[in-house]
Amino acid sequence: MLSPQLNLYFIVALSFLVALVLSVYPLPMDMRWWRPEFVLVVAIYWIFFMPLTVSFTLLCVLGLFQDLLEGVPFGQHSLGLVIVAYICILSYQRVRNFSIWRQSGWIFVLVGVAQLTDNWVQGMAGRPLSGVQFLYPALTSALLWPACSWWLNGMTHRYHH
Amino acid sequence: MVVLVVVGLYTDRLEPLREKLAQAVTPFYQITDVPSRVNDWRKDTFVSHADLKLENEALKTELLIHQRKLQQLASLAAENVRLRQLLNASQMLQDTVLIAELIGVSPNPLSHKVIINRGSKDGAFKGQPVLDAFGLMGQVIEVGETSSTVLLISDPTHAIPVQVNRNGVRAIAEGTGDLNSLSLRHVSANTDIRAGDLLVSSGLGERFPTGYPVAEVLQVVRDPGKAFLTVIAQPMARLDRSRHLLLVFENRDRASVPGALSVTTVEAASSAVSSAASSVGGGR
Repeated sequence: MLSPQLNLYFIVALSFLVALVLSVYPLPMDMRWWRPEFVLVVAIYWIFFMPLTVSFTLLCVLGLFQDLLEGVPFGQHSLGLVIVAYICILSYQRVRNFSIWRQSGWIFVLVGVAQLTDNWVQGMAGRPLSGVQFLYPALTSALLWPACSWWLNGMTHRYHH
Repeated sequence: MVVLVVVGLYTDRLEPLREKLAQAVTPFYQITDVPSRVNDWRKDTFVSHADLKLENEALKTELLIHQRKLQQLASLAAENVRLRQLLNASQMLQDTVLIAELIGVSPNPLSHKVIINRGSKDGAFKGQPVLDAFGLMGQVIEVGETSSTVLLISDPTHAIPVQVNRNGVRAIAEGTGDLNSLSLRHVSANTDIRAGDLLVSSGLGERFPTGYPVAEVLQVVRDPGKAFLTVIAQPMARLDRSRHLLLVFENRDRASVPGALSVTTVEAASSAVSSAASSVGGGR
């Protein structure tokens, strides 16, 4: 059996892999706005879980890989990830004590911020956005949060300790 | 990070890097394609004899109809060649095509891109036109070894030179970000264009071959306050439904295609498909 520390890293890597696969799972063209930001939500969970071991370089690399995967300009997702990670690190002490639904509200704000930077980059790339559609992923991510934290809590409790 | 974004957007220095790394992400699209493959397999395997028989008959009837059309096409094509010789015009050639399958859709909701299962190994190249059975779909913009990315004509950064099939009026059809509409750019107010007109690729710009159907005009708005007409057209290709696409090789490039065998085997299909799409003789 692996040591608990290694075990945890394995769970982290696995959860990001699952999130990356879900983030490119094919959806009908019109439904794509409703896809939650899986990678970002999982990243937020791990930042809240172990805020003192967050590596911004690794987050950047993760974001760059996601950019490559989704075929968007390099830096789009890393920018959002890094900004959101910084806000998380400033706020984790309060947010960890929130009830799950208040946490969901906070996730809505965080993903909304990441969506803003995403759409700045997309606007620079010649695909300007009209309307409030960019908040749909924030909404679905907030709804995903309870399920995601329940799943990851279960994983860490079962295999980590 | 911001510097990276700016460099990536305004220069093409990061392009080689992206092309090299593209191979790393193909497995993700192959994994996410598994459910639809399983579904296809289920449909192929658990099907009743009666259903197969019915389908077979329907296909035979369809084939008969197409063959009748082809008979006419042969004489028409011959006549076309004779007339062109009379006019001293260059000869039109049939294009060859390679069938590709869609394996993924770009997750970015602002862009209209799809990922297909053909890459540089099959001879796909940047800028290659892509069709489905109903019309022009788009062009290849990124080529990996075994997969490539296709930019659809409805993407807001895409534009294609077209002409009205009825009278030859030329225009540029731009994507709008909406799958079901293209808009024509700078069409002056006295242009002869009306709802129902078929727009075909004009071949100007030397990227797309001539004569493939692109869109049908839905609506023409003449606003006296504006300098140009507002023309909305609906793409002929089924941009969000087609799973089997055709990569077009123009004949002058055929020698350089590594998978030439697979290309020539589908040559027969090419003529059938182009007649089904009612485009007579594409290419130059």
